[in-house]
Amino acid sequence: MAFWVIQSLNGLALGGLLFLLSSGFSLIFGLMRVANLTHGAYFMLGAYVGLSALGAGLDFATAVLAGGLAVALFGGLVERLILRRLAARPPAQRALAQVLVTLGLAFIIADGCIWIWGGDPMPLPVPAALGGAVRAFGVVFPFYRLVVVAIALLVALALWLGLERTRVGAMIRAGVDDMEMAAGMGLPVSRLFTTVFCLGAALAGMGGVLGGPILSVYPGLDTDMLPLALVVVILGGIGSLLGAFAGSFIIGFVYTFGQTLLPDLAYVILFLPMVLVLVLRPRGLFGTRAA
Amino acid sequence: MAHALEISELRKSFGGLPAINGVSLAVAEGERRLLLGPNGAGKTTLFNLITGELRPDGGAIRVFGRDVARGRPDRCAHLGVGRTYQIITLFPRSTLAQNVVLALLGVSPRRWDPLTALSAHPSLWERARAVLDRVGLAAGADKPVMETAYGEQRRLEIAMALAQAPRLLLLDEPFAGLSREERRDMQAVLGAIPREVTMLMIEHDMDVALSFAERITVLHYGQVIVEGTRGEIVANPRVREIYLGE
Amino acid sequence: MKLGAPVFAVALLLVPLIPSPYYVNVASQILIAAVFASSLNLLVGYAGLTSLGHAAYLGVAAYAVAWLTTLGGLGHLAAALVALAVTTATAACFGVLALRGTGLAFLMITLALGQILWGVAYRWVSLTGGDNGITGLTRPRPFGFDLTSPGAFYYFTLAIAAPTVAAIALYVSSPLGAAVQGMRDQPRRMSALGHNVWMVRWLTFVFAGTGAGVAGILFVYYNQFIGPQTLNLTNSAEVLLMVISGGAGTVLGPIIGAATVVILKNVVSAYITRWVMLLGAVFVLIVVFMPDGLGPGLHRLWHTRSRSAS
Repeated sequence: MAFWVIQSLNGLALGGLLFLLSSGFSLIFGLMRVANLTHGAYFMLGAYVGLSALGAGLDFATAVLAGGLAVALFGGLVERLILRRLAARPPAQRALAQVLVTLGLAFIIADGCIWIWGGDPMPLPVPAALGGAVRAFGVVFPFYRLVVVAIALLVALALWLGLERTRVGAMIRAGVDDMEMAAGMGLPVSRLFTTVFCLGAALAGMGGVLGGPILSVYPGLDTDMLPLALVVVILGGIGSLLGAFAGSFIIGFVYTFGQTLLPDLAYVILFLPMVLVLVLRPRGLFGTRAA
Repeated sequence: MAHALEISELRKSFGGLPAINGVSLAVAEGERRLLLGPNGAGKTTLFNLITGELRPDGGAIRVFGRDVARGRPDRCAHLGVGRTYQIITLFPRSTLAQNVVLALLGVSPRRWDPLTALSAHPSLWERARAVLDRVGLAAGADKPVMETAYGEQRRLEIAMALAQAPRLLLLDEPFAGLSREERRDMQAVLGAIPREVTMLMIEHDMDVALSFAERITVLHYGQVIVEGTRGEIVANPRVREIYLGE
Repeated sequence: MKLGAPVFAVALLLVPLIPSPYYVNVASQILIAAVFASSLNLLVGYAGLTSLGHAAYLGVAAYAVAWLTTLGGLGHLAAALVALAVTTATAACFGVLALRGTGLAFLMITLALGQILWGVAYRWVSLTGGDNGITGLTRPRPFGFDLTSPGAFYYFTLAIAAPTVAAIALYVSSPLGAAVQGMRDQPRRMSALGHNVWMVRWLTFVFAGTGAGVAGILFVYYNQFIGPQTLNLTNSAEVLLMVISGGAGTVLGPIIGAATVVILKNVVSAYITRWVMLLGAVFVLIVVFMPDGLGPGLHRLWHTRSRSAS
């Protein structure tokens, strides 16, 4: 019994991290039609920046913000200076060019991180205030992981409210639904793209710092996280926040239980939901159109 | 006599808006039918439903007696249906001959061959040139499509369809955007098509189209308003209202 | 350019005469990479489907050969044939899944599928040796020839790589190849003309996988070792870079790209440790400034120079 509770809570924690990672990816893909393959690297870069911030004596909350901000800044530059240049290409080449560029940037960031921070895995220390264990449902469980779940839920709520209740959110939803129409109606496409891209990157960066105590920070974190983001988005549906939410927690659970029950095949089992969705319902659980 | 095309109670909506709203019509084999109607009447949608590029929400479509409503476009081509498009969809960097060869391959078992060079099939290339000759494009056979004039591209569209020796030919505004001279060339091409081929044409240009058609079906807002001979249509008050009154 | 082909062929045959065995080995690596990149080009350049999981097929073939010759007790030829069959079957299954999407969806699915196989190679330790991989392979002895020396192995590689690349070139020029290219440009039209778009793309996917499998067999006999890194995303990206930098959609493009990337990697990595960063930067620069790739770019350069000279 204790086993199931613990693993469920672990699954929730992983799901929360995956949501922070993939909500940004889903928004960027849904609005800008850019499959941002740098996203895993943003997660990792945020974690490293957070690590340095902690090393410089800053507190955990500031480190999280620093990670998010640094990555948002980087992302903004990338969007304005590079992705924008490619937007002028004919549609057939544009998507591919953007994918390849984001992939190249992922490599640059990944290797850059090794250069700056070295190749050894580093644990991100749990902040003292959030440390310790909690006794619930007959088990002892790290308090920090529950905090991560709570933060993910708060972020999900904030994003949902933002999308549903604000003008910017309405613009984003309109753009995701039908970009041509929305642009024709005067949507400030340029500013919106930069905003969404920075927001998505920031979420990934903050997720990296928050995930540090659970996943630790190491070279290869980016290529570990990127496929997870893809699976979540394919499973949940492109451009759907609800899809990213549902997909994240489904994958979180599947992976956590898979790891403990079938360690040899855990990585494969992780992709099984994606494979099923592709065969049975290509547009994802909550998507409006196939990718 | 068997019908080349039979449509009954066909329905298709896009996001709640009905584009085709209960269309029924039958075209006899060898008939020359004209599909008239203002923009947005659903004519091209009807073509897309017939060839299988769109799936109907309801109703039936039979081509030479075979149900094609839920079929794939390539199956439709193999049943003998040829089609041209309103917006030219050719292969711009390929030559005219190469374009026609792709059409010839579409209905030939040779299209599955991965082991011999395409250039080593002289019969295909000869037939391609013969088809281009029928539409008066033999001279430019080795020119890339993007270097040809619009009128020539329109005739290439017809050539692609004719190359497959279709039994039912669907023509979507073949005269659109043509100059007077090009119009005459196109009329000659269409006039030379064998009598046994059933033709269903969408057109706006009344003079040219009326001279081509034996029977006319008028569509409006996804429904058949009236169907009849040239004389009947021209005299019909509703038709006059749609085309002249509004 | 007519003089170019025979000169090139002779040059290929004379490579083992280079005094340094290191460079002969680099030449073998280039040949293997050329096969790998040419097979991916079928998808990227000719079918218009960009895959980021192609390293999976090279890996499957390599692991199959490694396992069959060390633990399975099979001879080299039998192992290679079984490995090709296994790789083809894998491509057949994965192709069905990948073709549930086109464009970006196809790319994401192939990336994910590639990761699945990497995960199997990495975690299923009892089968694949995990992180340590499989070692202790011997090179084949075709007709009794010893392939230990770089020169001998180079000729062996050439004898297999050349026909494979030729088969790929033949596919491209065949009716099926013309069909898949037509579908890249106008899939709707091709379907309306009677071509079965899905089937042609699937067949091309399988053939591309088999081609990568051939590269995998050569790869594992060259290295006499296989590990999970060979199937990782970086390798799938590297082979994609070979195709794009050389010029997708041409026969020579992937070969030029393969040579460029292999030489860069081998020569440059002696001086610069940040090879991956350079790889990324090259990616970005090529995509932004030279979208057609080096092949067509050099081709244009060659022709403008010869025109201005006359």
